[in-house]
Amino acid sequence: MVHWKTIKQEANDVANGTTSALANVNKSLKLIQDNEEFGAIISVIKDRSIERAKFIDAQIAKGQKVGRLAGVPFIAKDNFLTFGSETTAASNMLKGFNAPYQSTAIEKLEAEGAICVAKANLDAFAHGGSTENSDFFVTKNPHDKTRVAGGSSGGSAAAVTLGLAPFALGSDTGGSIREPASFCGVVGLKPTYGLVSRSGVVAMASSTDVIGPITTNVADAALVLDIMSGKDLLDSTTIDNDPKGYELNGAKSNISGMRIGVIKEYMDDGLDPEVKKVITESIEIFKKAGAVIVDVSLPSLPTALAVYYIVVPAEVSSNLSRYDGQRFGHNDINAKTLEESYVNSRSQGFGSEAKRRIMIGTHVLSSGYYDAYYKKAQTVRTKLINEFNNSFKSVDALIGPVTPEVAFKIGANSDDPLKMYLIDIMTVAANLVGVPAISIPAGLAGDMPVGLQIMAPQQKDRDLLILASEFEGLIK
Amino acid sequence: MSKLTKEEILKLAFLARLKLSDDEVEKYQKELSSILEYVKHLDNVDVSGLEPTYQVSGLVNVSRKDQIIDYGVSNEELLKNVPVREGMYIKVRRMI
Repeated sequence: MVHWKTIKQEANDVANGTTSALANVNKSLKLIQDNEEFGAIISVIKDRSIERAKFIDAQIAKGQKVGRLAGVPFIAKDNFLTFGSETTAASNMLKGFNAPYQSTAIEKLEAEGAICVAKANLDAFAHGGSTENSDFFVTKNPHDKTRVAGGSSGGSAAAVTLGLAPFALGSDTGGSIREPASFCGVVGLKPTYGLVSRSGVVAMASSTDVIGPITTNVADAALVLDIMSGKDLLDSTTIDNDPKGYELNGAKSNISGMRIGVIKEYMDDGLDPEVKKVITESIEIFKKAGAVIVDVSLPSLPTALAVYYIVVPAEVSSNLSRYDGQRFGHNDINAKTLEESYVNSRSQGFGSEAKRRIMIGTHVLSSGYYDAYYKKAQTVRTKLINEFNNSFKSVDALIGPVTPEVAFKIGANSDDPLKMYLIDIMTVAANLVGVPAISIPAGLAGDMPVGLQIMAPQQKDRDLLILASEFEGLIK
Repeated sequence: MSKLTKEEILKLAFLARLKLSDDEVEKYQKELSSILEYVKHLDNVDVSGLEPTYQVSGLVNVSRKDQIIDYGVSNEELLKNVPVREGMYIKVRRMI
């Protein structure tokens, strides 16, 4: 469903008068309306988008210089604080919440002239891998409406696949950008931990949360990262960006002679044979281009999911403790005492997955269990980090699948939370280790898209993007 | 691992300020037990000589100048989502 050219071409077309910002916004709003059945969008930012588009068009008419994304519409996951519509994180807790300020990422994109036209659906508070945990409705996969779009950034991935806007933003705590991108057949980038400010994004797990773009091609992801990345006074975990920037501008790496490691643990028994076939073909493509393919074993990888499902609920339970119903968010008007107001507001405002994670997190952090669960998990995390660092001494990048199978049927995993958690098994490691990772469309298993995952060392986002872009060129 | 007891679930719910229905208590007893059983994988991992990692990019003690930066957000804007207000105050229920 191609409705847009590359982001750069779209911005050029606006700047040189081939089209206008207003025409782009209207086109996007119309497409959103025509595709409501997929459940990708929670709310539309209509008035503000039109106003901003008119302002940009007026600047151009006056011959003023405009930004690199002037007049390009985009869609933000509904856990980004934005003006012009509610920010709900797809939760009943934040229904009706009007942000008093915007996320740094949104501000940076707006400063370059991009226009946020809508907010995308997600698993409530980004808890999930299928968008079925949204407190509002399920997002359907554009390739097959009976299947999930993935999650938690499922609305963002479906929106880009449907061509509702040239790009969308997601957040990735354990695979929430890469998994839906893989399920929907688009590009999803999880940058190095700390590279993009998280100020103004609803916090899930602070030691693994990152923000990134979902796009139709790698060059677009690179351009959006280039604009969003860098240190921010409002997020003290941010790091400096690459002095070379991230925009590709035709940059090439020399695949010939490059060492690429295939992650052995991800290619084992649990992988669907059809997905395995696509990934094996991708490996052949790298080989034909002259890359040296080596098998890499990261023996602690099978423990990564267990580490993740201790560390993340622990941080979730801490981050969600702020929702007490007093300053913002759902408030039980019938509560008699302050204590009752806390308890009722939280019990009514949180859905069952948020409650489940709060309960697990509270358990693993509680006195008597802290050392056995939380501290142990964070120590196994160190082991995992060491294994990744060692492997990157001998390879330039690691590759493997994004998920063990293609997008599953809606409802297929709903009755068993553990089964649902297993979908993250190949994506969580990059978050625990903090390395950049990307999902790029690599082929089809049956009629459903399969993504190839590429990971690079921390802060090598530029190299990762260049390599991904070359793979994209080779597979076309 | 044995199943979490009803009392343990209720204690966690109390600590997290959540009120659970009887059905929820039973559901979480089952689900939390199976999740905790799964994470028991880590018991057999040898981590001798390793320290825990809480922050992956190696930053420590990031500080900034103690000065006011005006982001152009008014007090009124910041208070607009407060459920119950009295003037510029947030009004809460009685404490006891």
